[in-house]
Amino acid sequence: MSLARRIITCLDTDGARVVKGVHFAGLRDAGDPAELAARYDAEGADEVVVLDIAASRDRRPTFLETIRSVAAQLSIPLTAGGGIRSLEDARSVVRAGADKITVNTAAVLWPPLITTLSGEFGSQAVVVAIDAKFEKATSSWDVRVRGGRDSAHLDVLSWAHRAVELGAGEILLTSMDRDGTQSGFDIALTSAISSAVPVPVIASGGAKTPGHFAQVFSEGAADAALAASIFHDNTQSIRGLKEFLRNNGIEVRFPC
Amino acid sequence: MTIAVIDYGAGNVPSVERVLERLGAASRRACRPAELALATAIVLPGVGHYAAIIRALDERSLRAPLLDAICRGVPFLGVCLGLQALYSSSDEAPELSGLGVLPGRIRSLPHDVKLPHMGWNRLRMQGASALLQGLCESDYFYFAHTFAAVEPIDATVATCEYGTPFTAVLERGRLFATQFHPEKSGAAGARLLHNFLRLAA
Repeated sequence: MSLARRIITCLDTDGARVVKGVHFAGLRDAGDPAELAARYDAEGADEVVVLDIAASRDRRPTFLETIRSVAAQLSIPLTAGGGIRSLEDARSVVRAGADKITVNTAAVLWPPLITTLSGEFGSQAVVVAIDAKFEKATSSWDVRVRGGRDSAHLDVLSWAHRAVELGAGEILLTSMDRDGTQSGFDIALTSAISSAVPVPVIASGGAKTPGHFAQVFSEGAADAALAASIFHDNTQSIRGLKEFLRNNGIEVRFPC
Repeated sequence: MTIAVIDYGAGNVPSVERVLERLGAASRRACRPAELALATAIVLPGVGHYAAIIRALDERSLRAPLLDAICRGVPFLGVCLGLQALYSSSDEAPELSGLGVLPGRIRSLPHDVKLPHMGWNRLRMQGASALLQGLCESDYFYFAHTFAAVEPIDATVATCEYGTPFTAVLERGRLFATQFHPEKSGAAGARLLHNFLRLAA
């Protein structure tokens, strides 16, 4: 008996619509968030993440409405984020129906935000998202912020450690090198972080085949794996993916 | 029958209400002593820090009416922190007294596993349970916690294992509690809540 590895579907939204892109750019419409959420719940996804990639202040009410409509469809946990900069932002997201909050750039710019959020909601509700990009010059992973545009001049491993010390209950680790490429998760990155921090790590970026998921669980030591477009456009069914993982000795949950 | 869902400011109240509504049950948020005194069934949801739930219950003067309702056999379901609050104390906030309905102390899960215990896990049935009717050891439930009731007691009807065995479901008369979140546990969780509604009716 053990904890199942989680399959998480991610809805990147621009206001009221789900969008998808390659390398954090080139967005196109991928559907209605509530419809997709209902489908994933029924198909056996273990969790849903909604990320507001626009994250501009004037779109805030639309995003909160999106969280409400997604939460209304789910009988599984919901994580929401994108543009959360304060306790008040986080409260409105939780009130709209999110079980967990994810923070990225704002936590890098002002790390005590993590402590504030875990103090209010508990560390199990605070997911620190880290966008990682490999730097050849230093042979290490650099933390990227503002949707991946800028370097934070921070080492991913040290930032992950610091985030956990400050109260993060989970790390959502995205490989910017792999994101949108469908060439597989970054196993070296995932393994380096997941084996070093005492909290669960969600691997993200690059998933296409069931084999990619099996590899990130077995070799990458990921606790959960996240993908977006392969689920949105039905390239990969969640049930089919879980059957493959189970047949490869990886414990996953099948809904009754 | 209307279910009183204790709203202590933090917590997973809306998702509990949503599932109850889907199951056809009427629920009402309760945050005042009188609302508990009149309740015919009570759900205590909880998420976050042990200190938050205990302080909130005391600040709102809900401790006495809640204990009284449990004593009178009013059907009660504690969820996550709502289970932990039933015990005498917790290592998460050693200075505070829990409700003390159940003996023992809530302790941290061991640090040789990743914490929080986050995700879907299965149960080991420890005896007959009305709350778990129709559910089995192959069903998964959603957990998100670091502290747990690691010492089994008579009321333990199912355990889970994560680093150590701990009480996942307890049942004593019409007092029920789960360490996992049935409101976030898909069809299996809905089944458990359906059972609670039937037992509370």
